[in-house]
Amino acid sequence: MSSIEFRKEYFADERDDDLDVVGKPTQRQDALGHVTGRTKYFDDHLFEGLLHMRCLRSPHHHARIRSMDVSLAQNMPGIIRIVRGEDVPVNMNTMLDIIGFGRDDEMLIQTKKVAYKGEPVVAVIAETELQARNACKAVRVEYEVLPHVLDVEEALTPQAPVVNEEYPNNTFDYHELYDHQKLRFGDTEAAFAQADHIVEGEYEMSPIEQAPTETCGAIAAPETNNRYVCHTSTQALFFSLGISAKLLAMNSSDLHFIGGTVGGGFGGKVDSLHEPMALLGAILTGRPVKFTWDRQEEMQVGAPRGAERWRIRDGVMNDGTIIAREFTGFFDAGAYTRLSSYAIIKGTGHLPGPYSIPNVSSNVYCVYTNRTPATAMRGFGITGVDFSIEAHMDKVAEKVGMNPIELRIKNAYRDGDMKAHRRIAKNTALIECCQVAAQKGNWAIGLEFAAMSSLKDGGGARAHVPQTKIDQEGRIGERKAGRVASSAPSKNGQISSKPSSTITPVSASMAMGQDVKNIAGKPNKLAMPGQSIGPVHHDQTPQATPAIGPDGVMSVPNTPDGSNPNNSSGQIASTTPASHPAPIPAPAQTPASPTYRPQPSIAPQSVNPQSTPSPQVVNVPPDTPKPDDGSSGYRPNEPFTRGTKRPGVSRFISGSRRR
Amino acid sequence: MKKPVQFNLNGIHKAIFVDGGENLLTAIRHGVGDTSPKYGCGQGTCGTCTVLIDGKPHLSCLTLAETVEGKNINSSGGLANGPQLHPLQEAFMEGFAAQCGYCTGGMLMAAKSLLDQNPNPTRDDVIEAISGNICRCTGYEPIVDAILAAAQKMRGGSYGGRVA
Repeated sequence: MSSIEFRKEYFADERDDDLDVVGKPTQRQDALGHVTGRTKYFDDHLFEGLLHMRCLRSPHHHARIRSMDVSLAQNMPGIIRIVRGEDVPVNMNTMLDIIGFGRDDEMLIQTKKVAYKGEPVVAVIAETELQARNACKAVRVEYEVLPHVLDVEEALTPQAPVVNEEYPNNTFDYHELYDHQKLRFGDTEAAFAQADHIVEGEYEMSPIEQAPTETCGAIAAPETNNRYVCHTSTQALFFSLGISAKLLAMNSSDLHFIGGTVGGGFGGKVDSLHEPMALLGAILTGRPVKFTWDRQEEMQVGAPRGAERWRIRDGVMNDGTIIAREFTGFFDAGAYTRLSSYAIIKGTGHLPGPYSIPNVSSNVYCVYTNRTPATAMRGFGITGVDFSIEAHMDKVAEKVGMNPIELRIKNAYRDGDMKAHRRIAKNTALIECCQVAAQKGNWAIGLEFAAMSSLKDGGGARAHVPQTKIDQEGRIGERKAGRVASSAPSKNGQISSKPSSTITPVSASMAMGQDVKNIAGKPNKLAMPGQSIGPVHHDQTPQATPAIGPDGVMSVPNTPDGSNPNNSSGQIASTTPASHPAPIPAPAQTPASPTYRPQPSIAPQSVNPQSTPSPQVVNVPPDTPKPDDGSSGYRPNEPFTRGTKRPGVSRFISGSRRR
Repeated sequence: MKKPVQFNLNGIHKAIFVDGGENLLTAIRHGVGDTSPKYGCGQGTCGTCTVLIDGKPHLSCLTLAETVEGKNINSSGGLANGPQLHPLQEAFMEGFAAQCGYCTGGMLMAAKSLLDQNPNPTRDDVIEAISGNICRCTGYEPIVDAILAAAQKMRGGSYGGRVA
């Protein structure tokens, strides 16, 4: 009664069906251990003399710790050690410091100010779990309760309390420039002016706890050779190893991490809070120490998928063509960054969903509130906005009186289309999915839509990056100072006071894994001698090796000195996924000519602030693109070829389907 | 104050000392060393600590260790007969009914209790029998299918386990 049905009529020419393993049922390697109870989860490693560690947690959303008295707890029976924040060698971290993204903002054990209900303020190590629980109750903490903020947009107001002192504006700093992540593609404002309908919607998703059956935890013990062993439930062993080594100021070679068997994770076991705690306990006591959450802690302080709020504004023509889509997104990071900053980068790369829309803009905010910090969960960064997009598509269909499946097919991206984050869409299949869904659901669609294909009618003019209107609104601190009223992309256009000869190019930056700090530390202005300029990339080495971030998004490192051959003074606002090293062309000769290498470059965009009338021309297909210089096997100006048979693409890294 | 308690675990006589108020889950895991019952909630809501006490399913996290004096306890760690897997274990393996495996021990014991009493259960009987066991990743359908397949096999019918 399998629910999977293979539709092999689609893309049949791209598939081998003579594979030995893929597509064939096989016995799981771990099943025998699971059914016999022999599988060892972290807590199944029994240690003689195991000690138990528990935390006292803040009862307040937001409070300053005035004083703490542990004298009573210290003298209770079975208490081996009280562990305070001062005992943590490096008591400040952010998860993504491991890849150089964001600033340290969270203590392992808080010493100054708690910013969410349940934040640990002290830990107790005892012979039994009960003794540890009782001792936690005996710790006296005096708090100065502070005003708290629990709503993302309230947190953006100038009068909101500062949640996270490392980010005093209550927003993560993107690229050291903006209080949000920008995406600009085309000119949504101008397109809205031409649209037959404007369809607006607001969508929200509450936090969701991953709720694995096994709660998070770790056991650490002294090992031979002056090392420490750590059995852990982590989903991310090398995150946990790296973070533990940092917090404990140890060499990672002195830590022996054993994981790999996780009793359900769903993203809730990446935060690496337990391993450093258990290790610290083992180091301080010289004995095996277990630090694990009970079910209540798992549900209350275990980092959930964060709450999200999305506003979508579409410009739609009477025939259902969506010509513009604008997003304003708020991610509730809770009190600390964890992975929310990254979720937004990931989400921005996903906009505007699986549709080809010629004008897209988005502002997405990673907002700090006095709620439990948020982290990974199953597609985080994508799930919330996808829900919003699809709910909004139905709203658009209703507005223009169109079959919602046909609306999706009409606007679906196709192979060869340029996506808003400057990648060519490939291996698209939304049209086929919609067709099968309609068929399965007995939902009639017109013959015209039943005949459409992801393989046809994509690319061409749809492969080009449109002329893109850029702005520099929402700089770090402006909102706190009351100089920015709105958070939507198209509502702030009048704020800028920059001289017209200077412009800061912006694009959706996939900055994961790059040297963001190095890039951002440079001055950000780009002298512009009265001519057009486009988003700039650091890369001046033709063979620069693209780096792949954790989300698989490719980006190119900047040159060692951060310079750009075309821009002596200059710097950029943010990096782009570009890999094309050609000089920025003079606009007179080559307006917006996209030339591509294995990854499409960002096309230099023309924005001439002195002459462009408003509204600007919307998404004018460029003139004949500059011919490829022939050094690469991949020629985007030729018909797009699918799969690994196209020239110059390794079949192992192409990410192409079924190969 | 430690107290002595004696019981049979999977047919083997055990004598251990337990703390006053210690639960059976801790006694089996740490006192005896059989880690096949798992801690999931400690509140009797998830069922992953399910063991059989004199053939009836019990939540070991809510059972005081002192109360099992002289009783027969079965855990999933003792379900196999030497190298010979129990039909439930075989069906769970073949039917892809154990993904992360954490709830599996409790599921197996709840299912064994059902099949011991009712060799020919309906699908609804199976669903009722495992209604106290929470699974977060496998999904319940393969588990129910596997239990029904095992029941069929134990009755001597052909094995109908579903292959993923």
